[in-house]
Amino acid sequence: MNRIRATVALALVGTLALSACGGGDGATGNATTLSIVGFAVPEAANKAIIAAWNKTDEGKGVRFQSSYGASGDQSRAVVAGLKADYVHFSVSSDVTRLVDAGLVDQIWDDGPNRGIVSSSVVVLAVREGNPKNIQGWDDLIKPGIKIVTPNPASSGAARWNALAAWGHISANGGTDAQAEEFLTKLFGNVVSLPGSGRDATTAFLGGTGDVLLAYENEAILATQSGEKLNWVVPATTILIENPGAILKNADPKAKPWLDFVLSPGGQRQFALKGFRPIIDGIDTSGIEGARDPSDPFPTPQKLLTVDKDFESWSALSKKFFDEKTGIIVKIIAASGKA
Amino acid sequence: MLWFSLLVLIPLTAVIVTASGNGWVEFWRAVTNEQTAAAIQLTVGTAFLVTLVNIVMGTMIAWVLVRDERFFGKRALEVLIDIPFALPTIVAGLVLLSLYGPDSPLGVNIANTRVAVFLAFLFVTLPFVVRTVQPVLTELDREAEEAAASLGASRFTIFRRIILPSLTPAIAAGAALSFARGVSEYGSLVLLSGNLPMRTEVTSVRILSSIENDNLESAAAVAAVLLAISFVVIVAVDVIQRRVVRRG
Repeated sequence: MNRIRATVALALVGTLALSACGGGDGATGNATTLSIVGFAVPEAANKAIIAAWNKTDEGKGVRFQSSYGASGDQSRAVVAGLKADYVHFSVSSDVTRLVDAGLVDQIWDDGPNRGIVSSSVVVLAVREGNPKNIQGWDDLIKPGIKIVTPNPASSGAARWNALAAWGHISANGGTDAQAEEFLTKLFGNVVSLPGSGRDATTAFLGGTGDVLLAYENEAILATQSGEKLNWVVPATTILIENPGAILKNADPKAKPWLDFVLSPGGQRQFALKGFRPIIDGIDTSGIEGARDPSDPFPTPQKLLTVDKDFESWSALSKKFFDEKTGIIVKIIAASGKA
Repeated sequence: MLWFSLLVLIPLTAVIVTASGNGWVEFWRAVTNEQTAAAIQLTVGTAFLVTLVNIVMGTMIAWVLVRDERFFGKRALEVLIDIPFALPTIVAGLVLLSLYGPDSPLGVNIANTRVAVFLAFLFVTLPFVVRTVQPVLTELDREAEEAAASLGASRFTIFRRIILPSLTPAIAAGAALSFARGVSEYGSLVLLSGNLPMRTEVTSVRILSSIENDNLESAAAVAAVLLAISFVVIVAVDVIQRRVVRRG
């Protein structure tokens, strides 16, 4: 009898405790938690956007659970069941994978931003003072220049770098054969092909190579955190466009969150962490770590985009990066035999 | 057995099933791809060399730890020996890059060469032979050695006929572990080896490339080959070990 009483008492206490917790959450307005799954690079920016959104009426009290890693891995994890309300990937094909799995709506990229939430450009990062006097793509194929780039075969994000190099020839009147020749020379000068953008930056900062093919935002972020490097925006480069999407079964709060990410408030936070805003009229002053704070995002002479110059991600993936027939995959394999 | 099945057998079967998903032709094409074949050759070859070095050096280190009473840094060595194993491999990679990379304080630059792969393997597999041999050596009855010495056996004969046979199973176990670990190594060498195709790219990087291209079948095919090689080596080591013990 005593035991039963004790059990009942315990259950009562437990229920009280639980309801007390619930009451606490209710008091702050709502207890929504959104799950962000993203690639590693924009983690700092997303944190800043969350802080800014939490200050607005719409975003007040919304909490976030986030997971960051290599873009492809993260996308595969979501397909395999990782909970996500909002995804932010490096390349569109990682969102397409979710569309194919029925997790993201077909029309995710129909908005005015075409599914893109953040952007940057490919730059040539060099050692402090630019001792090898690298000014553009043509300097990279000079004999003796040592290049570091993440491996386009294993890193989806690294494909932007290879495309920018290809575009340097193809968008300036060159033929495919000439572009192929240029890339062959370029990969002939590559001394290290780390698996991801992060590893490549680490290897470069650890002393490997003369030039690192990198993203402008990564270079700015590295400078913000005290690393010593310079970079050059080449005359022809490609606009890196990172897609973001909300999932079909996402929390209703995910929609206003995405709207905020795309709004001037959200884009300003991206700019502060080195990303180029995707809409005009964003305040770009006070960006720490930029090469020239008065013009943090210099306009290159020729800025290529995937849609304009390479048709689409699926088309270019097949042409350049197919495991067996991709032009660039073949060039990289051949570079090892030289 | 149930525990073992859940942890090991089922995942392994899944790898084999996935590998065969595209049929034999595709399987064969995946593993004989020039770049993949070069990677397998490099990985297995280096793991083999590293294991040979570990058999000699690991046994020696264990010997010093157990038998050498005067050795001053023994306690320190005893603790330090496990560090390569305890360190997250990517941290090990950073350490190796800063020590043996272009900014090396030692003036040694082996970054992006095959030596880097060898060194990274050596680093992470060091503890295996030491840790398997050490306890056996501690338990070894010294009376047999003393008896042999009193009967006029030379130190070399004592080592070969008395000590080595009792250590061989432990050395073999350590060697097998060290080989298997080397074959699967990824984290510690990605920063230092440069992943250059045909030159310094190891098999785990190839597997990763296939996964990135959503080609799970090819990734599993390469993994299955590695599994088969490791299995053959482990069996071979066991056979050799039995022979040595019998002859001893």
